[in-house]
Amino acid sequence: MEFAFTEEQQMIGETAFAFFAENATSERTRRAMAGNGIDRALWSSFCTELGLAGIALPETYGGAGLGMIEFALVAEAAGAQVAALPLLGLATAARAIAAGGSDNQKSKWLPKLLSGEAIAGFAGMPKADYADGKLNGTFDLVAHGAIADVFVFVVPGKAWIVCADAPGVSVLPYTTMDQTRPLAKVVLENAPAEALSDPESAIGAVHSGGWICLAAEALGGAQSALDRTIAYAKERVQFGRAIGSFQAYKHRLADMMIEIEQARSAVYWAACAVDEGSGDAAIALHAAKSFCADTFFMCASNMIQLHGGIGFTWDHDAHLFFKRARSVQTMLGNGNFHREQVATMVLGEIA
Amino acid sequence: MKLGFSPQEELFRAECADWLTAQMAGEFADIKGIASLTEKAERRKEWEQHLGVHKWSCIGWPPEWGGRGASLAEQVIFAEEYARAGVPGRVNHIGVELAGPTLLAFGTEEQKKRFLPDIAAGKTIFCQGFSEPNAGSDLASVRTKARLEDGHWVVNGQKIWTSLAHISDWIFVIARSEEGSKGPKGLTFLMMKIDQPGIDIRPIKQINGDAEFNETFFTDATCPSDSLIGTVGEGWKIAMGLLAFERGVSTLGQQMAFRNELDSLIAAAKRNGAANDPLIRQRIAKAEIGLRLMRFGALRMLSNSDHSKVDGAALTYKIQWATWRRNLGELAMDVLGQMGEVTNTVGYEWELLPNLFLYSRADTIYGGTNQIQRNMIAERALGMPREPRGDA
Repeated sequence: MEFAFTEEQQMIGETAFAFFAENATSERTRRAMAGNGIDRALWSSFCTELGLAGIALPETYGGAGLGMIEFALVAEAAGAQVAALPLLGLATAARAIAAGGSDNQKSKWLPKLLSGEAIAGFAGMPKADYADGKLNGTFDLVAHGAIADVFVFVVPGKAWIVCADAPGVSVLPYTTMDQTRPLAKVVLENAPAEALSDPESAIGAVHSGGWICLAAEALGGAQSALDRTIAYAKERVQFGRAIGSFQAYKHRLADMMIEIEQARSAVYWAACAVDEGSGDAAIALHAAKSFCADTFFMCASNMIQLHGGIGFTWDHDAHLFFKRARSVQTMLGNGNFHREQVATMVLGEIA
Repeated sequence: MKLGFSPQEELFRAECADWLTAQMAGEFADIKGIASLTEKAERRKEWEQHLGVHKWSCIGWPPEWGGRGASLAEQVIFAEEYARAGVPGRVNHIGVELAGPTLLAFGTEEQKKRFLPDIAAGKTIFCQGFSEPNAGSDLASVRTKARLEDGHWVVNGQKIWTSLAHISDWIFVIARSEEGSKGPKGLTFLMMKIDQPGIDIRPIKQINGDAEFNETFFTDATCPSDSLIGTVGEGWKIAMGLLAFERGVSTLGQQMAFRNELDSLIAAAKRNGAANDPLIRQRIAKAEIGLRLMRFGALRMLSNSDHSKVDGAALTYKIQWATWRRNLGELAMDVLGQMGEVTNTVGYEWELLPNLFLYSRADTIYGGTNQIQRNMIAERALGMPREPRGDA
């Protein structure tokens, strides 16, 4: 029992933070927002130069074979800059293929996804019709769906790989509030779909990967919101004093930190529990996803309030955090959903 | 980063669980499950001594002082099994968790010899004399005076909120030893025997009807000149060092008591149907999540071996658990409905919960109010400018 990072984990975290802080600048993110919501050059250098895309995927297919703790460190670092990158696709679709795909499917897709050559999208729906290798249905609100080359779609008990350029696949992009991770609707009409041979494992991997990814990037975003607000609190003077010297202001900063430290425990508890195959993994994942998303929203909304008028402007980055936070709260199950899962674990089903 | 325990540690867990369960089923069955810190005090003192005899009292201490030199993981395990077995809280928690570690860190060899074995043996019960009627949040403004006279310290003044003073043998106090000094300067940290004519203890009845806290009056109370820890005038440094021990391994034992409280609330909700209310379910889930995160927060804090800088995260711990428990008390009342109004009635099985509702109002006050905690977090962990100080 040792709830502290190893030296290697610390190094991965520092490398990832330095990389995103230097490269995922506000200017580049805003360029991506004005385009299709991805900084493609940054994604390529993340995948190839830094080589961290496959950190938690098997070495056979170009990954590093490490675990969710290491992946969470990377996602936290990306979240700290609200980077416009399709990391969630890796955490869901690529993990689903790695966990539930055949050797052929893995060797076909994983190297491409890890090198950044292909981008993956994921969505789950209650039902879809599948027969004779053809899939019919609508998979809505796919993150980075408009630029994805390949999708993993799931319904309870089943999972498929669908190529974006296959016949019968229509991708309809939305204009979204969070422009760093735009959404798209994917409509399938007799679209060729390859079933994943082990859908249960694939869905399990999507859950652990997706929820940890969102929780970790929320943690990074929340910490950034606090750090940036602290910097402002020291520099902005009103009534002849730095505004950070006023208790009404300080106490909000303290409240942010109190939540963030719990969010940090949540992310690394969940990551550790998944890596160790602990019986607590499920409750930890629901806890992490709901708690971290709420923490991020609380911190991002405080960031706007504590910056005053400047925080309401388009030019300031506060709204990037605020919009990402709001989107993370709903994505892959909202807080009430995850808390109800926890309630069911401790109280049983509603009688 | 690793959450699991090794096979040897699991063996140690089994050993702890077996021993503790056997004691609670046998000789000490009469104190099993007591939640109040004051109930059956004499039997609880016997329990302290029983722990001492079997070397379970202060397992993290070095063996020469009555401990086992246990690792962090072993201390975590013992704290967890202690609460799981339904063993009541330690009436000497101030001696074991505060006075002892302070002596280990700052005491002379002679002082360690005089006090540590007896604390570990459960023979010396300690209480803490810090707060005063006019030194609450502003703790450094203590007025209790100490002067050296004929080889003795002579102490005059008043302390308040001295938890468990009425069952304690010794008290440590911070007193102003330098005439005319202000704030944290000129204070001295003294250990005093309670059983003497100059010390008078009067209980304070609390909003839950219990009387864990006291007023303690010092009228020419004395202790030998070598009763101080550290040097004359540096009592504040010792007091602050001591308060840091409050965030030690004992927090995990405290959490297991919280676990029992939440489990009791969950049992009540299942029994009376509140568990079917979606809003109650959300709040219970939040409480469950909060408690789990508290555990991993404490493990992170304890696993942090770099003590050279301020551990900002550790500063958030007190307000976190205090607020969690206050919320739990409020949730308990919503779960119980009108039955929550019932207290001290024979045969009423949920009594723990209304008492929790009342007692938890103290959690966000003692040991530094939530407001003071926020100031500390903002100033020490986040580097915000300090509050302006008026003239004392």
